[in-house]
Amino acid sequence: MGVDRRQFLKIAGLSALVGLGGKSAFELLAPGDVEAALPLMEGKRWAMVIDMRHMTEEIMKKCRETCHHVHNVPEFGDPKVEIKWIWEEAFKHAFPDQENEYEADEIKDRNFLLLCNHCSNPPCCRVCPTGATWQRADGIVMMDWHRCIGCRFCMAGCPYGSRSFNWGDPRLAPKSLNPDFPTNPEFPTRSKGVVEKCTFCDERLAKGLFPACVEAANKMEKDVLIFGDLADSDSNVRQALRKHFTIRRKPELGTNPNVYYIV
Amino acid sequence: MLDRALKGSQKYWGWVIFLLVMMGIGFLVYLYQFKVGLRITGMSRDVSWGLYISQLTYLVGIAAGGVMVVLPCYLHDYKAFARITVLGEGLAIAAVLMCFLFVMVDLGQVTRMFNIILYPHPKSILFWDMIVLNVYLFLNILIGWNVVAAERKGIHYQKWVKVLIYISIPWAFSIHTVTAFLYAGLPGRHFWLTAIMAPRFLASAFCAGPALLLLICLIVRKTTKFDPGLKQMRTLGGIIAYAFVLNIFFFLLEVFTAFYSQIPGHMHSLVYLFAGLDGYGKLVPWMWTFALVSIVALVLLIVPATRRKEDTLMVACIAVLIATWIDKGLGLVIGGFIPDPFDKVFEYWPTTPEILITLGVYATGFFVLTVIFKMAISIKEEVGA
Repeated sequence: MGVDRRQFLKIAGLSALVGLGGKSAFELLAPGDVEAALPLMEGKRWAMVIDMRHMTEEIMKKCRETCHHVHNVPEFGDPKVEIKWIWEEAFKHAFPDQENEYEADEIKDRNFLLLCNHCSNPPCCRVCPTGATWQRADGIVMMDWHRCIGCRFCMAGCPYGSRSFNWGDPRLAPKSLNPDFPTNPEFPTRSKGVVEKCTFCDERLAKGLFPACVEAANKMEKDVLIFGDLADSDSNVRQALRKHFTIRRKPELGTNPNVYYIV
Repeated sequence: MLDRALKGSQKYWGWVIFLLVMMGIGFLVYLYQFKVGLRITGMSRDVSWGLYISQLTYLVGIAAGGVMVVLPCYLHDYKAFARITVLGEGLAIAAVLMCFLFVMVDLGQVTRMFNIILYPHPKSILFWDMIVLNVYLFLNILIGWNVVAAERKGIHYQKWVKVLIYISIPWAFSIHTVTAFLYAGLPGRHFWLTAIMAPRFLASAFCAGPALLLLICLIVRKTTKFDPGLKQMRTLGGIIAYAFVLNIFFFLLEVFTAFYSQIPGHMHSLVYLFAGLDGYGKLVPWMWTFALVSIVALVLLIVPATRRKEDTLMVACIAVLIATWIDKGLGLVIGGFIPDPFDKVFEYWPTTPEILITLGVYATGFFVLTVIFKMAISIKEEVGA
């Protein structure tokens, strides 16, 4: 298995802790064990299951605020230029192809939580002329904000409206709406003229942490957002998908979205 | 040879200075856009391409349309066109240059433009569009320059030029096919997801390009001693008639598929364009103008008497340019984004700075066109063609 320096240091650090219990780094490096020890660094196909039965407006708001806070997503107060990584949308807009005149009350006026689907067959990566957006080995659809030329082909290609463009400099967003921007000095702000979107918190996964929205939501309601590896048949997400009927946004387009909704 | 562009009448210089002023205004507004970003345009999170990319699409068609004088001349040995092929090539050069400029003004990070070459991604149609447009530009520069230079010396151009000419003919088809593929392969954009996009693009190109060329021929005849010829203009009229009829036919095929199938996604953009959707209908008057002007063009082009008569043919050409521009330079790109992926309507309309930059790019294209045509036609006058 390929382990880079950064991963090795993490494993070594972890093994120092585990080592007190008798396991060495070399034992930990045996295939299988590492995945178990470091579940958030070794995924093959990251996915999210959103349990809409237990989802509330408060949780969705918290997810949006937390995500936009840790990723320095500014508020513009103008739908023309807004930037959204995770947001709420009414059922009929989130699933326009599932339109039903006589929708169940619990669905009809409900908002759903939307984010990048991290499709297994992502059209955005296919159309990007520079590889500024690409799919990682663990399935995450990533963005390189230093390579993006701002052609916005990916925005035309994405059937989910998951991508936002920096029409102006995000640091110049209205101060009244963003008093303490940038909100997280640990995370880069973007320049004008590049596209951005949810990255499943790759920076947190690298540290072995769950995505910010998952962490925030589960503090309010356990397992309302389930994040895990679809490639592992015993993973939390696979168990959830086995147990419940789920829907995905526009599966007929063949993009194979990796965000599932329990309704 | 370029020195011919420096000698001209007062009218010529008036036109050149007008273009230079428009270019200057466009450039200054562009500097402003470069500084603050694309937020000065009417584009939004939902309609993420606007006037700039629409013009790119339209002008690729104009560029490809130039082949309609080259093809009959070299593949059908229609010798009458030999005296105006250089005008088709000049038009192609100017149009492709405008295409590049429209892509550049549309980029959020234009200084990183060369990432397309540094990190080539052949899966992206934009990569191929860049390649076919560049090759087409260089083919036309090489061919045009050598043909005019040979004409000046009173000799026949070299054999290798003819090879390039033969390559340039299918290449013209390729540039507009690839441009159609930019749109026709995107999942979830129903208005664009249609196999007939490329043929429709080509049909509209092959009427719009020659229509513009014919109007230029009329101007050339009026302002210079070079006469492109009545026979040539009549043949062009026939080509425009066939291509425009096909263009409208292809458009009606789209309408049939959308409305007979009754699939909402396929209908919504057309409904938005022609009737308005959810109470929004900024493009409705434009699209009905397109419909009416198209009918005028169809009548004038199909009836032999009006097609052969110069003043009515001129009106028909203007009508073709207006119709194809509204259809492809406005409705096609904007309509594809409305409704958005959430089935919501967020409208687009270009801002004044956006329009000024657009006019600046057009002025640049017409400046290049003027210089090329002045040079080519001065030489034709000198050798008494």
